Amino acid sequence: MAAYPRPTRGPGPSDFAERYDNFIGGKWVPPVTGEYFDDIAPLTGQPFTKIARSTAADVDLALDAAHDAFPAWSRTSAAQRALMMNKIADRIEENLEALAVAECWENGKAVRECLAADLPLAVDHWRYFAAAIRAQEGSAGVIDEDMVAYHFHEPLGVVGQIIPWNFPILMATWKIAPALAAGNCVVLKPAEQTPWSILKVMELIADLLPDGVLNVVNGFGAEAGKPLASSDRVAKVAFTGETTTGRLIMQYASANIIPVTLELGGKSPNVFCADVMREDDAFLDKALEGFTMFALNQGEVCTCPSRALVHESIYDEFMERATRRTEAIVSGDPLDPATMIGAQASNDQLEKVMSYFDIGREEGATVRTGGGRRTVPSDDGAYDGGYYVEPTIFEGSNSMRVFQEEIFGPVVSVTRFSDTDDALRIANDTLYGLGAGVWSRDGNTAYRLGRGIQAGRVWTNNYHAYPAGAAFGGYKASGIGRENHKMMLDHYQQTKNLLVSYSPDKLGFF
Amino acid sequence: MDGEAAGEVVAPGRVAITPAAAEVVERMRARHGPVVFHQSGGCCDGSSPMCFPEGDLIMGPQDVVLGEVAGAGFYMTSAQYRLWEHTHLTVDVVPGRGAGFSLEAPDGIRFLIRSRLLTDDEAASPAAAPVA
Repeated sequence: MAAYPRPTRGPGPSDFAERYDNFIGGKWVPPVTGEYFDDIAPLTGQPFTKIARSTAADVDLALDAAHDAFPAWSRTSAAQRALMMNKIADRIEENLEALAVAECWENGKAVRECLAADLPLAVDHWRYFAAAIRAQEGSAGVIDEDMVAYHFHEPLGVVGQIIPWNFPILMATWKIAPALAAGNCVVLKPAEQTPWSILKVMELIADLLPDGVLNVVNGFGAEAGKPLASSDRVAKVAFTGETTTGRLIMQYASANIIPVTLELGGKSPNVFCADVMREDDAFLDKALEGFTMFALNQGEVCTCPSRALVHESIYDEFMERATRRTEAIVSGDPLDPATMIGAQASNDQLEKVMSYFDIGREEGATVRTGGGRRTVPSDDGAYDGGYYVEPTIFEGSNSMRVFQEEIFGPVVSVTRFSDTDDALRIANDTLYGLGAGVWSRDGNTAYRLGRGIQAGRVWTNNYHAYPAGAAFGGYKASGIGRENHKMMLDHYQQTKNLLVSYSPDKLGFF
Repeated sequence: MDGEAAGEVVAPGRVAITPAAAEVVERMRARHGPVVFHQSGGCCDGSSPMCFPEGDLIMGPQDVVLGEVAGAGFYMTSAQYRLWEHTHLTVDVVPGRGAGFSLEAPDGIRFLIRSRLLTDDEAASPAAAPVA
């Protein structure tokens, strides 16, 4: 199959307009200051459209609209909300290919990933929470013969959500779907690297939701994110990003005494036990793919398996094959469905990855493959200015900075371990605890490792699967709360308890 | 570090800034008043220094200040510093897009850390007396 045509200025389903306003109260509203900023295509390094550069005044307009919408929205039945969410899922699914191309263009990821993962998962996520809210029930606790404790779920109100750029549509969906399902109204601030693809979704689904239920305000973190996160008119803030901004958001929330959920990344270990190499079979093939998952989405995944721990007895042979597998990653036009890796999302991400190549080498890590920029040829040279990096394998020790910091590039740092205790020691020697991988043919070993690793998600004999219904979230500095599971409804709901006495008799105190 | 919150100067001479980045700090200061850096970790825009108005991020006993660059204190958590203390850091600036709540992003630029190992002399130099 040939590459998809590049999006261009025009009316096509993957094409872009000259500029984009905010989506507030069901309408497209220009930014109060009248300013816009460039949206840059990572494949080319060139700006392609302009996006509203919002400030506190725009956030206020969105909060006004959300608060206006909330009383009616909060009273809709779960069935009504679920129906709308299922329609949204259908609409996205009908336009899956066009949205995949748009997301590829804006984020830089390979379109095969948008087609096979980002968009189908987003569609399913809407359906999952549509189902979950239908099935959710309150409870009636019989305290004693005369007293009953009724528990009702109630929405929090208007919530603020600040989402990342690595999976622009899917991460938005992870946050929006449970919030709307639970009856909240949302003000969403997309990442300034990827403000457009979610607006393409909004164009498609605008008619399916009442005005003001879902509002999108674009702009920079310091100018639009901060007023949203610190507003005394939001009942909760959800954020995915890095630790320092996560801390700031908690701090603002503390001033307002509201809850936060935070997903702040990790440095996920991927552990390969000796028995992985016992047979040369489908399982080994799967494990080698699991190793290579560090390059998925150019490594721009909070759970990137960016540390590989390989048992010393298989190290040389396993790494030889893992290196071959890594070198077989197909580079090329990210709009070609055969291409396996795309561009980093922004120039600063590219520069950051390159800076880690420098410090990794200085610290004595060995570059087994990769270690530099990558070029993607094209007939017209359009991709010469894109942000491409070679899939890179470092070998070294866990105290090196390339083993301790999230590089957010297609980079894995590999070391050896001697036994299960050693593997756990290394795996847990990190500030973070979001994801991990364990590969073993022995169920007991895999279980011990999985329970011992301090991380919210331990993929066991698989990696980078994100099905709705599997809770996702961090231990340690990786954050607070869980996503991707019906328990997340609880993160967007109050518990109302009606404690009812059915006794006619007084207590007798007064 | 007058008026700044908790944190002791742990790495005098081990954090520097390029002239281009220092100019941006001056620009941010002119626009927002005094600023500080806090080294971020984690996903997305992490592993890069965040530049905030001084006092916006409340520093606590879990933070250390490595030193001062272009008149701005450079902080990170002590847990992270333990992993970084063998390296010399230079704050640089590159064209970029997006930075959490860091102040420079609207200008289409991003602060970035460049690192190298300490020289033997630097590694042997005594740490400054802790500053309350």
